[in-house]
Amino acid sequence: MSAPLSAAERAAERYTDGEWHRLHPATPLLRGGIVFVAILGFVLSNLRERIVGFFVGTPDFGGDPIDQIYDHGWEGWALLAIAVVLLLCLGAFYLSWRMHSFRITDDAVEVRSGILFRTQRKARLDRIQGINVVRPVLARIFGAAKLDISVAGHDANVQLAYLGSSLADGLRGDVLRMASGVRASEAGTGSAAGGAVADGTVAAGPVTAGPAADGAVAPGAPDGRVGAVSDLVTRRVNEFIAPELDPNAAPPESVVKIPPLRLLGSLVLSGFTIFLLVVIALLVIGASTGRVWLLLIVLPGLLGSASFYINRFTKSLRYSIAGTPDGVRVGFGLLTLSNETLPPGRIHAVEVLQPLLWRPFGWWQIRIDTAGHSKEKGAAGQPNTTMLPVGDAVDVSRVLGLVLPNFATDEHRDLIAAGMTSKGRDAFTGSPRRAAWVRPFSWQRNGYRIVDGVILLRRGIVWRSLAMVPLARLQSVEIEQGPIDRLLGLAGARLHTVSGPVRPRLAALDAPQSVTLFDDVASGAIASAQSDRSHRWAELPFEQAAPLAAPPTAPASATPQTAAPDTSAHREENH
Amino acid sequence: MSNRLDLSVGEWQRVSPKYVVVVIVGAIVSGVVLAAAATFLWLVAQWSWGWVLLAVVVIGTIVGLIIAPRRARSIGYRMRDDDLLFRRGIMYQRFVSVPYGRMQLIDINRGPVGRILGLADLKFVTAAASTSVVIPGLPEPVAAELRDRLVELAESRRAGL
Repeated sequence: MSAPLSAAERAAERYTDGEWHRLHPATPLLRGGIVFVAILGFVLSNLRERIVGFFVGTPDFGGDPIDQIYDHGWEGWALLAIAVVLLLCLGAFYLSWRMHSFRITDDAVEVRSGILFRTQRKARLDRIQGINVVRPVLARIFGAAKLDISVAGHDANVQLAYLGSSLADGLRGDVLRMASGVRASEAGTGSAAGGAVADGTVAAGPVTAGPAADGAVAPGAPDGRVGAVSDLVTRRVNEFIAPELDPNAAPPESVVKIPPLRLLGSLVLSGFTIFLLVVIALLVIGASTGRVWLLLIVLPGLLGSASFYINRFTKSLRYSIAGTPDGVRVGFGLLTLSNETLPPGRIHAVEVLQPLLWRPFGWWQIRIDTAGHSKEKGAAGQPNTTMLPVGDAVDVSRVLGLVLPNFATDEHRDLIAAGMTSKGRDAFTGSPRRAAWVRPFSWQRNGYRIVDGVILLRRGIVWRSLAMVPLARLQSVEIEQGPIDRLLGLAGARLHTVSGPVRPRLAALDAPQSVTLFDDVASGAIASAQSDRSHRWAELPFEQAAPLAAPPTAPASATPQTAAPDTSAHREENH
Repeated sequence: MSNRLDLSVGEWQRVSPKYVVVVIVGAIVSGVVLAAAATFLWLVAQWSWGWVLLAVVVIGTIVGLIIAPRRARSIGYRMRDDDLLFRRGIMYQRFVSVPYGRMQLIDINRGPVGRILGLADLKFVTAAASTSVVIPGLPEPVAAELRDRLVELAESRRAGL
């Protein structure tokens, strides 16, 4: 690539050459960080009296291990033992660091580790569901970060822990770029044009457009000759206090932030608070009628709920969502920073919902289903599936524009707004009047609409909810009818997506209408799945430009599949 | 009843008639176990409402046995060009469509009774746990053939996740 690269990208470039590389030298220390602190604390607390005595001069009661050693004249041996243990630790650390290596080839990320028990993990680039850069407090001090690459499935992560902080950002950009098919299409254009000149021009686009994740650090690099140390320190400090999302990485209009007061309000007005109030009311009643023992049972739970609020609050405090060329980027955390990039086409279902208490304020929440989950937990200790903890209608339309870039456009804005707030009787296909028997309040609102390969399911009048499922991601569809439904001539529909908080379903539809829905969704899912190319998102314009050219996914330089003639090679390669 | 759901897709492939035996044996076995538990509660544990429980179990089992043939007949599947349709249930009807390209793997299971009768269950797994499509009671050669056919179709229609 001849285009100008930032320092981080130049550093990252060295790591994506398909050779084995080692991680940050402080890795064993950071991984065992907690253990170290614990051991140190244990030793210190055991020697507390001695240390205090050393400075203040309290009477010596004897009997502690150091006295024993002293009395027997074993100082030499003790020091030797400590030295040996330290050396062994260092040796083990060094060895584990030596044995822990990773490589990034054109189609996979591999990690191998372990001294006695070797493990090796490999994640295909085109199967990547998300890349998370995590910076725990201790690692931030050392300027290191974890790169957590998740592929579909439970516990299917490849972790590069730890890397240099800016390197992690650069590598993320590189891996995403490789997964997006840019390199492949570059190779395709290069060979098609028959020269390296074309290569440079093609590369310029993605590189400058790519997440120039380290723009803040790069300018400091050239003049850092003299004050290298002070430069390092300022850089660390800058990294520490810098905003978690670099302004160069995303256009400002695609960034959503949550004001702390709103976050606080949303937590206070959550369903959990109502539950808590009910419990407290019961307690008060119980206490006033002399059943104080109730308090003893419930008190631990109440204390636990405080930690729930604090946890939610601190984790969501620096929440930010932004659109980058390689997908949606979600960052959060106060001390431990986490910052995940979900490439396009990895979001299987989106739900916009509004509890009753949020309605006066016009607040909404957005949740999604994804196939892979980062090891790092989200705000509620669950996999991080909340795209927007709380936001107003403007935030919602921005976030939807990020998670469903092809659908949530101006063209469909009214439709989505109708799905969110409408009381019914509009362009959505609704339930018949007799559905009021099973959905007394929401039968008018209940409805669905299929537009441009996305199905919108609208339901709930108390808990407003609008679920959107791209049919290209749908796994299967089901309609069902129980005895009560049959009496009323109704039926329910259920769309099966990968597991997550969004469970798209719609009850109390007109029975013949549900059959129509079933047929439309089934055929729509097949058609969209065949035309869907979002898993190789950057290839899209290229393929449109030259649809009859050689299969762009078969990179001329890299994989042995090049020889395969037709598009079925493309499909196989994706598996 | 005209309210019943029906897809106008033509003839459904049905499972083997012998599958009724599997359903009946299953109903009898679970009925006997539950009845034994109820009897234990009633006579040994001296739980006075035990006889009601026993009656419920017996009636439930008998009803289960009566509708067993209909339940077995209600199961059907149909292979369309790009997806597999599946149906089952009388009281609770259920229709599922699984596009071939979404199938991640296909299991063949054989229970003890099914094995005696030469039957096998075919289970489809997609990336969604809630899909849960199992075609029970297929004759073993049919099951094996269907599996090979479906794997082939899934292979040719693969799309991303």
